Amino acid sequence: MNDASASTGTGTRPILDIRDLCISYFTRAGEIPAVVDFSLKLAPGESVGLVGESGCGKSTVAMAIMRYLGTNGGIVGGSIEFDGRDLTTMAEEDLRRIRGSEIAMIYQEPMAALNPSMRIGRQLMEVPLFHENVSEAEAEKRAIAMLEDVNLPDAERVMEAYPHQISGGQQQRVVIAMALLSNPKLLLLDEPTTALDVTVEAGIVELIADISKKFGTSMLYISHNLGLILETCDRVCVMYSGEVVEEGTVNEVFDRMRHPYTHGLFNAIPLPTADKNSRPLVAIRGQLPLPHQRPPGCFFGPRCDFFVEGRCDAQPIPMTGMTSPTHRVRCIRWEEIDWDNYAPDRKEREPHPPGEIVLQVEAMRKYYPVHDDSLLAIFRGDTTRQVKANESLSFSARKQETVAIVGESGCGKSTFAKVLTGLETATDGKIIFGNTDIGQIAVGDRTEGQLSSLQMVFQNPNDTLNPSQTVGSQIARVIRKFGVESDPDKIHDRVMRLLDLVKLPRDFALRRPRQLSGGQKQRIGIARAFAGNPSMVIADEPVSALDVSVQAAVTDLLMDIQEEFGTTLLFISHDLSVVRYLADRIVVMYLGQIMERGSTDEVFSPPYHPYTEALLSAVPIADTRVEKKRIVLEGQLPSVLNPPKGCPFHTRCPRKIGAICENERPPVHDVSDQHKIACHIPLDELKAVEPVFRLASDAPSAA
Amino acid sequence: MVDETLDPVANRRVPFIVTALKSFLLLRESWVGMIGAAIVIFWVLVAILAPLLAPFDPLATLAPLQKPGAVGPDGAIFWLGTDQIGRDILSRIIYGCRTVLIYAPLATLCAYTVGILMGLTAGYKGGVWDEVLSRTSDIILSFPVLVLYVIIIATIGASGTNIIIAITFASAPGIMRIVRGLTLDLRNRDYVAAAQTRGEPTWRILLVEILPNARGPLIVDACLRLGYVTITIGVLGFLGLGLPPPDPDWGSMIADTRQFALVFPHMSLFPSIAISSLVLGLNLLADGLREISLRD
Amino acid sequence: MTVFIAKRFGFMILTMIIVSLLLFLLLEYSPGSVATKVLGPYSSEEQRQLWLEAHGYMQPIYVRYFDWLFNFATGDFGESVRFKVPVADVLWSRLANTAILGGFVFAIMIPLSLTLGVLAGMREGSKLDRTISVTSIVTTSLPEFASAVLLSAIFVFGLGLLPGTSGMSRGWNIQEMILPTMVLVLYDFGYVARMTRASMAEVMTTHYIRTAILKGLPYKTVIMKHALRNAMIAPFTVIMLQINWLLSGVIVVEYFFAYKGFGALLLEASLNQDIFMIEACAMIAVFVAVVTQTLADIGYTYLNPRIRFS
Repeated sequence: MNDASASTGTGTRPILDIRDLCISYFTRAGEIPAVVDFSLKLAPGESVGLVGESGCGKSTVAMAIMRYLGTNGGIVGGSIEFDGRDLTTMAEEDLRRIRGSEIAMIYQEPMAALNPSMRIGRQLMEVPLFHENVSEAEAEKRAIAMLEDVNLPDAERVMEAYPHQISGGQQQRVVIAMALLSNPKLLLLDEPTTALDVTVEAGIVELIADISKKFGTSMLYISHNLGLILETCDRVCVMYSGEVVEEGTVNEVFDRMRHPYTHGLFNAIPLPTADKNSRPLVAIRGQLPLPHQRPPGCFFGPRCDFFVEGRCDAQPIPMTGMTSPTHRVRCIRWEEIDWDNYAPDRKEREPHPPGEIVLQVEAMRKYYPVHDDSLLAIFRGDTTRQVKANESLSFSARKQETVAIVGESGCGKSTFAKVLTGLETATDGKIIFGNTDIGQIAVGDRTEGQLSSLQMVFQNPNDTLNPSQTVGSQIARVIRKFGVESDPDKIHDRVMRLLDLVKLPRDFALRRPRQLSGGQKQRIGIARAFAGNPSMVIADEPVSALDVSVQAAVTDLLMDIQEEFGTTLLFISHDLSVVRYLADRIVVMYLGQIMERGSTDEVFSPPYHPYTEALLSAVPIADTRVEKKRIVLEGQLPSVLNPPKGCPFHTRCPRKIGAICENERPPVHDVSDQHKIACHIPLDELKAVEPVFRLASDAPSAA
Repeated sequence: MVDETLDPVANRRVPFIVTALKSFLLLRESWVGMIGAAIVIFWVLVAILAPLLAPFDPLATLAPLQKPGAVGPDGAIFWLGTDQIGRDILSRIIYGCRTVLIYAPLATLCAYTVGILMGLTAGYKGGVWDEVLSRTSDIILSFPVLVLYVIIIATIGASGTNIIIAITFASAPGIMRIVRGLTLDLRNRDYVAAAQTRGEPTWRILLVEILPNARGPLIVDACLRLGYVTITIGVLGFLGLGLPPPDPDWGSMIADTRQFALVFPHMSLFPSIAISSLVLGLNLLADGLREISLRD
Repeated sequence: MTVFIAKRFGFMILTMIIVSLLLFLLLEYSPGSVATKVLGPYSSEEQRQLWLEAHGYMQPIYVRYFDWLFNFATGDFGESVRFKVPVADVLWSRLANTAILGGFVFAIMIPLSLTLGVLAGMREGSKLDRTISVTSIVTTSLPEFASAVLLSAIFVFGLGLLPGTSGMSRGWNIQEMILPTMVLVLYDFGYVARMTRASMAEVMTTHYIRTAILKGLPYKTVIMKHALRNAMIAPFTVIMLQINWLLSGVIVVEYFFAYKGFGALLLEASLNQDIFMIEACAMIAVFVAVVTQTLADIGYTYLNPRIRFS
């Protein structure tokens, strides 16, 4: 779709025409301008992506189009013309007729968007019942037909189900069906796949990309993920701090971006095609300004490398047209900056040789008993079932090495972290860490040395620090607990040095967590993990909850400290791009089992395990030069309670070879001494598979 | 908490009283809370300054059945009248406030201590601990509260200590449920996992990582419960199961004067207003605190 | 689901057994004091011994407990010391009176509190919401005995509209029901209204209500079809548990207005050490409370499809 003809609505009348839109929230603290001066034209059948980090106002724009801004939000200026009618002044009753019939919306969290106590069928049927006055029977017929259109098998059963009875991916398909039922002219998509697993996301993205073709619907696609925009949209608007900073066709913005922020964004995202040595990330410094503390002139000024005092902060910066009629940018220096020869300061990293083995996991298993209280289970006298959270895990990690464990939800990666830290004990097998088997030693029975040498960095920045203690005292506690220092002055010194290490000002020691931003909290979490001089740190999705520009900084920080201390890093993630960026070796897990492991380069190139192959192809890539193979997995992620027999992946495997996959555990192929693949397919066949990513030979070409 | 005072980094800590004052100033944001706080402070001051404020000895029998505003034998005025045996009602209300403001907080504190210990244990330890503690609470909670009080007090006798015991017994399970719920939520936080992975002892996790972060809802609940305990003490007094006479007690003041109410409604009306206003103050304060805690 | 209901009933029976054991131990552990309570403090030692033997009190404690429990289960509650008649003779009619009072209270309180709660929660922060919220705080702050005094002062002494007692001495009179009902409604409705309001307000901020509105449904449909059902799940439990509260409230109100109900009976029995009457009243009260709790739990899962079909 990238090369689709990009009309800005010059010929036909645009379906949506937003002009100079300003939206504010009114709080006790005063007026907070969330969106300032937003303009956008959307032609019939066109898909436009709205991209930006959290707090940039992109969702507010969508809600303003629906005129649903809550009791404290309001449109304070500009107009939103939809199909020739101004929505900002429309009467409530007319608005109601448009909502859900001419403009429909798809939401971020499908589970929350559906009424939990109403059958799905009824929720779908309401759309034609209220908008087209059709009969019950007709509404039901249409609902079923639409469920089939969004590729939901067994539509009749889904109609009868309550939302919690179907999976997340199916729920999102229901929400999409609900939106399409009235054949809307405009579809608003607010981060429709953010809450989903990557292989499920791929299916939804494919469906969304088909919608405009099949139904001719215009789409406004809101996302923080540039890769998804590339896969679904014709044009893209980049938003920063409440305004559009750059807009153009996908190719213009992705290949010839002109705004320093857009540049920064692209330099900050890891790509599954490049690692830390070949393309180090460049973080955008500073933070997004709060809406009521925006700087004068260019809002990006304080974070921009090309900022010129007296010019960039003199007056509000207008959008400027460029050589192409579709490409516009909000930067007064766009012509002066030589982007083609611009190379940001990338910090070179030397690959380091692997050290001795620090962690050796041998055939580790972790089963949880779950109680089944159903009548059937009691009848069979079998009320305890086993969740096989980890099944025969074997791998090792060396000193100063980064080993990544990758997989989707329910693959057992977090369970493994719990066993490793001793919050759970292994059911079977060994975890040899520092010459002792710690698999059976619960955290309470571990020696101080074992505890201090194995520490964790957690996922959720809002959860990682105790809200009622100062940041400094939380770090100090670790130092004291592990006896690194005991003299109060020395503890104080060490806390200060740790704050320096994570590049935070020293007076942060006296702050409470709620006074810190997400990225800052993650930095404190890292300081805390390294306070006791651990030999190994487990990082459980440490950057996945952070914004792109912050992600890069935190990732780099983690790698710097690891290098400095010679620490082994066990990096748990679902994000293959990040993993490619920082890991030396990768373990791919699915439903508690290792599917493939090997060095990063080995895992990212053939031979692949079919699951790895699907996972790679599902990653959205924000790079127009990369061509990738499209593999969309069928079916749902099976439940860990009831995993498939034989190879756990056989229910969704596109390369399944037959009954053997369903009945027998796959053998492990030794591709090299560290590259292992567990699959029934002969190794030679796997080796013959084409690579998922290919760089298009003729680099960026004009649209 | 425990360690913070020793903390080298946090040695610039502000004294507790300043923090308390600051949080109190937050109440400005809620006028409902301000009114509540004002009423509660009013009654606390009355209790503290009782000997200065009361015009008469609350136990002295002066002139029976005087209406409000009547002039006494020595020229002093009975602002709220006297009761059937001639005691000054205003003085009795003022001293009765002491009784309530001693026993209600004491009983609430006892109930909270027991309830918090039970709730933390049940919520954090889970398993058998949880099962036993929860089931015990369920059974106690299945009694209609007042039925429970009536039976306990009727069996063990009416006295200050017994009232505290009865209130602790009847309220601790409810507090335990709340604390348990909060603990179940908080124990899954990453900072608790962080404390666990560095091998902190259970008591420290409970008292440093979990309890301080549950304080918001607990303070609100404590305010509400304090109001409810005030009512309970009043009801027990009213039913003749309260503190033994002749100490002034709002509930028993109403009970004693009820049969004269046809002619002298003031004798029971003023104590009723007194207890209602104190409870109202506590409830408004709780509502204000809740409103503010929801904001951030 | 079946298993769940079976479990709930099992737990209900268990609770009753434990409660009966506790009551038995509390009141009948020492036969000596039982005899004193029954025969009065001025009875002679000899009389007490004779009474104890005649009533099987010389047997070991567990035998006595099971006898007692068996008698209880078959409806033989013993003889009231105060009324000098079998406990059952007094109890049932008193219980019926209380049920009538409770019926009045519920008939007024539930529609009132649900309507006010829904109205307030529908538009959180509106003037109506604030008025209803503050009103409900004020009324919940008035203890029953205090509001009884206040309402009597107004309606009996001030306006002379209503009778001050509800003893029904000249036959059943609906006028005498008004004040007790008002007092109980006043104290209880605020709590239910606040719970309903909180539940409704929470539902109104959920994403599925946003979905319903952005689907273009009329506001009335959004409230009636999407919000109400979800908002009623929590208040349902609260209302069921309110029966438990009512059993407390009637003690005060019946005592105040001299209404011949179950609560006044329990109080009278307690103050007079009428132990068999106390036992019977307490067991009945707990039974009613436990049954409503069980029904509340079952109803909750029934109303909530997420639990029903899990």
